Amino acid sequence: MDTNRFTRVDDTTWRIEPRGAMRVPAIIYADEKLIRDMDDKVHEQATNVATLPGIVQASYVMPDAHWGYGFPIGGVAAFDSDKGGIVSAGGVGFDISCGVRTMLTGLKVSDVVPLQRSLADSLYCQIPAGVGSRGAITLDAIDMDAMLVGGAAWAVEQGWGEARDLERIEENGKMAGARPDYVSERAKERQRREMGTLGSGNHYLEVQTVAEIFDEKAAEVFGLTIDDVVVTIHCGSRGLGHQIGTEFLKEMAVAAKASGIDLLDRELACAPINSEVGQRYLGAMRAAINCALANREILGHYTRRVFAHFFPKCDLALLFDVSHNTCKVERHAVDGRQRELFVHRKGATRAFGPGHPSLPDALRAVGQPVLIGGSMGTGSYILVGEATAESKAFASACHGAGRALSRHAALKQWSGRKVVDELAERGILIKSPSLRGVAEEAPGAYKDVSAVVAAAEKAGLARRVARLRPLICIKG
Amino acid sequence: MNRAAWEHFPHEADVGVRGFGATPAEAFEQAALALTAVVTHTEIKAVIPIQVSCEAPDLELLFVDWLNAVIYEMAIRKMLFGRFAVTIEGTRLKGRLWGECVDVTRHAPACEPKGATYTALKVGQDAEGQWSAGCVVDV
Repeated sequence: MDTNRFTRVDDTTWRIEPRGAMRVPAIIYADEKLIRDMDDKVHEQATNVATLPGIVQASYVMPDAHWGYGFPIGGVAAFDSDKGGIVSAGGVGFDISCGVRTMLTGLKVSDVVPLQRSLADSLYCQIPAGVGSRGAITLDAIDMDAMLVGGAAWAVEQGWGEARDLERIEENGKMAGARPDYVSERAKERQRREMGTLGSGNHYLEVQTVAEIFDEKAAEVFGLTIDDVVVTIHCGSRGLGHQIGTEFLKEMAVAAKASGIDLLDRELACAPINSEVGQRYLGAMRAAINCALANREILGHYTRRVFAHFFPKCDLALLFDVSHNTCKVERHAVDGRQRELFVHRKGATRAFGPGHPSLPDALRAVGQPVLIGGSMGTGSYILVGEATAESKAFASACHGAGRALSRHAALKQWSGRKVVDELAERGILIKSPSLRGVAEEAPGAYKDVSAVVAAAEKAGLARRVARLRPLICIKG
Repeated sequence: MNRAAWEHFPHEADVGVRGFGATPAEAFEQAALALTAVVTHTEIKAVIPIQVSCEAPDLELLFVDWLNAVIYEMAIRKMLFGRFAVTIEGTRLKGRLWGECVDVTRHAPACEPKGATYTALKVGQDAEGQWSAGCVVDV
């Protein structure tokens, strides 16, 4: 994007002043290179979000932003139900509550490397991934509704997880306000055999090692030291969330018009929070959040089983589980006053700073772990929420590297075989049913994750704690 | 001259599918072939028939519904489809799909379509009378 289209506030803050139908400004956090490399569509989409009724303060954009649907991916927007605010199916996205969890293994890289190939093969066999894979769990109607209400807590009750995990999951593993009766039979049918599956696209399970520590104190609290091995899982609410997103996008496109909301883009489909459709979406979307939390808990359980086979004494403890496609009711300070807001994060991570009451005792003093997935070659980051993120973007940060090239362009540029071989030479094993899928997800198709997290840190959204280098990547 | 064909077009995070044909129905059929090609380039055996129907107020919304109906059948049946027949009467669409169950080794599926979107959604006719139907699919 041309930087002349913004008012530059500081090195990492770029502002689009309200004009036309915009109710608030749009603010992008990024360094100059990231801004220049961003698609013009990000500007257009951030501006469009700023026109929606009841938006509070600004339409925010994170440093990893790219062209999304209605909202940019990397978009954050909060709405006040008392001011005619809306909830938007487009603002949450198709993969409701897609997110990341990182588990500590207590192992060192020297423990894992001798068994790396066997471990990779075993994880690939045990974790259902990709189109056509089948989960081991089938839910009947009663179990489905219990899962949609209970989330990860339900998974633990079924024996697919551990109770100590729950305080390390947003909402203690169980999103309140879920309404399975608002979830269509088609959405439930799509999920019946999908629990404990990874999905495909950019979803993955990675075994990683801590390659660099930036903040010793926070790393100690998080239980991270150099050469430690961790497991990170990235996936969401699978077919159920996709179907809910599809159905409400269609319904809200009509509902918006009926409520007199002029949509600049059909993908901004939304409804007033205080409307029948808005409430129905919130109930269904919260059920999908529970589905995602349960799914990641089950995948964590499968991972524990595989690690127990290779390392009988190892104990996988959950560091944190955080979603990046959600709408959550949160209290935030606006102009010195606490207000209850409906915060949409579309490809953005909640990043609570130190002292936040929702954090477990063990983490409260330092802040929330913010888990940033990179690409399979470049590694990932663990950040910690900063107090300043509250006023910057309703306590939000980036969620990943963000794509730099389309799948189309990636496929033209890379061969999957070559990507797998080159990464193997660097000690990174890729397991995937599709070499074409690997090419589409090639490391070079993503932005420089290091630049993204450095910009997030400089902007005061979240601070770097550790960099993770991949050892094994299971991709669907 | 009208020709039945399909193509993919780029989107930063996902992929666009577009079908061309002499009629909207033919363009819809071709776009569904493009959807299958998002998942695999392997030929699909058109052996198991499935029927779907959808209804929407205009052709563009009907197109998104059609692709979402195909995505739904792919997801719940764990199938891929290689042949499509569409009839459109007013606001209603009836579709027949023929395909086979996913064979992970043979099809090597690259990714899983989550849903058809309204992004870059366009159904229209060019000056020569050729119909096209396309949109971005979230994968």
